[in-house]
Amino acid sequence: MKILALAKHVPESTTNIKVKADGSGIETVGVKFVMNPFCEFAVEEALRIREKNAAAGIEVTVLTLGPAAAADVVRTAYAMGADQGVHLCDDAFTSIDEIAAARTIAAAIKSRGFDLIIAGKHAIDYDSGQVGPALAECLGWPHVGAVVAIEWAADMKSMTVRRRIEGAEEVVNIKLPCLLTCEKGLNEARYPSLPGLMKAKKKPIETLNLAAVGVAQADIASATKMGEFAPPPPRPPGRMLKGSPEEMAKELARILREEEKLI
Amino acid sequence: MTKDILVFAEQRDGHLQPTALQCLAAAAALAKKSGGKIVAALIGQNPAAVAAPLEQAGASAILIADDARFAKYNPLTYTRALTALIEKADPQVVLLPATVMGRDLAPRVAVRLHAGLATDCIEIDLDDKGALLVRRPIYNGKAFNKVHFAADRRQIASIRPNAFLAPAPDASKKAERIAVTVPHDAADDRQTTKEIVRTGGEEKDVTEASIVVSGGRSLKSADNFKIIYDLAHAMGGAVGASRAACDAGYQPHSRQVGLTGKTVTPNLYVACGISGAIQHLAGMRGSRRIVAINTDAEAPMLKLADIGVIADLFQFIPLLTQEVKILRG
Repeated sequence: MKILALAKHVPESTTNIKVKADGSGIETVGVKFVMNPFCEFAVEEALRIREKNAAAGIEVTVLTLGPAAAADVVRTAYAMGADQGVHLCDDAFTSIDEIAAARTIAAAIKSRGFDLIIAGKHAIDYDSGQVGPALAECLGWPHVGAVVAIEWAADMKSMTVRRRIEGAEEVVNIKLPCLLTCEKGLNEARYPSLPGLMKAKKKPIETLNLAAVGVAQADIASATKMGEFAPPPPRPPGRMLKGSPEEMAKELARILREEEKLI
Repeated sequence: MTKDILVFAEQRDGHLQPTALQCLAAAAALAKKSGGKIVAALIGQNPAAVAAPLEQAGASAILIADDARFAKYNPLTYTRALTALIEKADPQVVLLPATVMGRDLAPRVAVRLHAGLATDCIEIDLDDKGALLVRRPIYNGKAFNKVHFAADRRQIASIRPNAFLAPAPDASKKAERIAVTVPHDAADDRQTTKEIVRTGGEEKDVTEASIVVSGGRSLKSADNFKIIYDLAHAMGGAVGASRAACDAGYQPHSRQVGLTGKTVTPNLYVACGISGAIQHLAGMRGSRRIVAINTDAEAPMLKLADIGVIADLFQFIPLLTQEVKILRG
């Protein structure tokens, strides 16, 4: 079995995001980039499947699409234990939208015989959550999003997964080949080991440009374009209630009911 | 391609997703500008049971794909059905709720229709070419980004819950109901949704409530959370909690609001004894109105809040619950 995990290079989650003065993007100078946490779950799950079925000869490949620096996430995945790494990197990819990114990834992997693709539920930079389901559609595969638990069938040709929905979980049977996206709670990702990090530095990464991916620029023409970036609008100044607890409780209930019509 | 706007009106088991009506409000603003009609699309088993609120909220036609196969959500059957309904209506713009279902479904439909897609939008408009122009939060609400659409392709946007107010229902409004048959394809049986297991008991989930009342570690015990539940029930809302309260075992992690918990955007967020750590603010700063109740006048949550109350929780919250009950009858 061949498993592909997708990984994206994103600013670390506690980064203080600053929008550039001209609104063209965010300041990246001095910002630490890491593997998207939901993608860590994807890589981790792929490795666990390989480890639990050690005799099955499972191979784990990690793929990223991004600028030259994004190769770092492939090295992180190597240090965690991934077998192969692919980096889709070309100036033509810098301004493509999520659907075009899914089409690019689909073209790059179509003939590689993967049985299972695992992705993050969304990336914590643009929070869009499109690439996983879109890639499944490009490949004509079924998919389950926001997975929190996986139970394999004995023949490893299908699985029963649980996905988190509003206030509940859906239990889904799905046949391979298929794509899953990971929700928090599926697993705890391991830290890359020190020897793993040393070896990862020397391990080659297969880097593919537009021509090598074999997709025409016209085929990945984006239907959306990111425009102006802006900081969050300031909230109007709040008001502090005054008086005894009884008076404040009465006043707060009145405001919420009569002025704001919220309750 | 017509100038019409199609709204996918998500429903599960005869319960209309509230964001579907909010999408109709967003559609009305676009229709006013473009002159297009508003068409609603329903998918499910007997989904017509929820058609009335859609026509009363401004849909002039309702396309209905009714089949036992649609009783539970399956991305393959729903993609096939929604694609068929969109092709039938041929709208320029498709809006759908940015719920778990909408997030799962929209990318597949966009690929199949070669359409543009922006998810989780909070503002929508048409640009000078008449193409969709949206604004959406990125970096967990730490920044906002405008997304432009190509005018010659279909334009799909999912709408963040509570970003728009649902239109006031008008009982005199009627819509034409049109049944659409969606052919079955055996390939869609590669996945099936077996069952749905409620994880939060009978309590509302924080992500689907328009009011969330949250408690922090200063509640001091799981039992003391009863005052939070009482207030939430009096308001008709859901109970949330800070990470500290969940880590202390006062509430399950499924109720945790924040960076490592759930992101909520209710109309009203009541923070009770939550100081406002960055990790909590990341999960609730998109709320329309924020009320903070705290003993510490320096708490960051009081600075963010629209209305602040400095008081002892155990004294103040039962008083507030009582006042809410009186006003709401």
